[in-house]
Amino acid sequence: MTGHIGGLDVEKIRKDFPILARTVGDRPMIYLDSAATSQKPQQVIDAESDFYAHHNANAHRGLYMLGEEATELFEGARGKLARFFGAPGPETIVFTRGVTESLNLVSQGWGRKFLHEGDEILITEMEHHSNIVPWQMTAAVTGATLRYIPLTDDGQLDLSDLGSLLTERTKILSVTGMSNALGTITPLKQLVESAHAVDAIVSVDAAQLAPHHRIDVQELDVDLLGFSGHKMLGPTASGGLYGKAEVLDAMDPMLGGGEMIHEVFHDHSTFKPIPYKFEGGTMPIAQEVGLGAAVDYLDALGMEAVRAHEEEITRYALDRLIDAGATVFGPKDASIRGGAVSFWYKDVHPHDLATILNEEGVAIRAGHHCAQLVMRRFDTPATARASFYIYNTKEEVDVLVESLAKAEAIFI
Amino acid sequence: MALDDMYKEVILDHYKNPRNKHDLPEAELSCTRNNPLCGDEITVFVHEDGDTIALVAFMGAGCSISQSSASMMTEAVSGKKIDQAKALAAEFRGMMAGEVEPDEDGLGDLVALKGVVKYPIRIKCAVLAWDVLQEALDSAGTASGSAPHSV
Repeated sequence: MTGHIGGLDVEKIRKDFPILARTVGDRPMIYLDSAATSQKPQQVIDAESDFYAHHNANAHRGLYMLGEEATELFEGARGKLARFFGAPGPETIVFTRGVTESLNLVSQGWGRKFLHEGDEILITEMEHHSNIVPWQMTAAVTGATLRYIPLTDDGQLDLSDLGSLLTERTKILSVTGMSNALGTITPLKQLVESAHAVDAIVSVDAAQLAPHHRIDVQELDVDLLGFSGHKMLGPTASGGLYGKAEVLDAMDPMLGGGEMIHEVFHDHSTFKPIPYKFEGGTMPIAQEVGLGAAVDYLDALGMEAVRAHEEEITRYALDRLIDAGATVFGPKDASIRGGAVSFWYKDVHPHDLATILNEEGVAIRAGHHCAQLVMRRFDTPATARASFYIYNTKEEVDVLVESLAKAEAIFI
Repeated sequence: MALDDMYKEVILDHYKNPRNKHDLPEAELSCTRNNPLCGDEITVFVHEDGDTIALVAFMGAGCSISQSSASMMTEAVSGKKIDQAKALAAEFRGMMAGEVEPDEDGLGDLVALKGVVKYPIRIKCAVLAWDVLQEALDSAGTASGSAPHSV
């Protein structure tokens, strides 16, 4: 029985996702890799397609009907995202191609301008490489020092020594809202309060959190927060960066070029106000319009119901995987974690497991998940990872768990 | 069934009972590389005797394909002239690229890995040990083999 999970009518939702009708050989395809990218509902596919079919022109340029329509749709998407994240206004939403670009914009536009030798950047050992590497690059250029909040054995942030890590030398705390490799949800509210107490600003990687949780940037009081559209039902290359107006105002652009300037002279240029000064070159307009349709879709479901579904299916998967003999990384309590479940099944290497599961129609990720510091912390080169979203059912979890026996038959 | 083409008995045998998997203190040449996709890491050690590979061994951790390929490779190149080993490496890579029909006389058990060609993302796993061997051999004449790239 598919029916309702958490607050969602999963059977009804599945009908909106044409790709879920695919098969692998003669088996139904079971997509358990939404932490890498989510599937797209017809509503999002239609919004992007409709833009190209009826409204395509460059935004903010054409003094003609299509140009105005394209601009209106593009800015309409910005307004939807501002409302979705509880931002004070659309000017606080900068469009980017996703969190990687957002975090590079923060580390370059803010970090290279404001960090100096003696300053410290604080991140955590559970970060995705896109929240590590840009800071290493910025530290190398500015002379600032990069420090890490360590992890506990159950994959949570170890905040026992936070007082010595987060000091008056710390200028920015950049932290994930939810780990893509461990599923851990971080205590953002507490971290923001601690960081602000030492006058550090806080930048959040919300790639994994935003698809599953209601985020209110003003209530959290975060200074900057990046999100990836393609992980929350939107098209690839859609996404953005929320920033407090005064923080964005102070930042330098990362990309110089068309559309971001106010005036260009021989020896210097002046920039447009936020958010446009960060949006050099033609943006992924149709994709951001598609992302607007994606947040409409999520809003209609209700983010509380989306989270309730995630928690229920994650709890079910944790119970079944552990019962079957799998070793799960990260917290075992579904109330403090999301639906990205990393595991080893007995001694079957994750790559072998993923290949065998594919024969059963089950798509999981195997590898280091762009989180090699997490892999090293838990002394493993790789894990298998199943991740869930609004269209996944408990029956699909059952097929995953039952397929593990096939791997065992071959390897053990 | 397709999966059986990949997980042949001989592959599983080399995976569960790897040959020449140990340190080799007398090695003049060694090289360590990892597969950035999955983090699997392999070190290959070569002890030369003139232009011959007198002893070859490997260490590392990884999936059944990378580990069995390394194990079979050590058997295939042990006692071979360095030029012959390089030619074998080229033949193996050709087989994994689907360009060369494998010759069982030369490749021996390694022919079993041909089934991996149908799983493009796993080809890197099969070729990893050979890339490491090639680099170790190419490093002959330099100080002490090559160090891993820093990323």
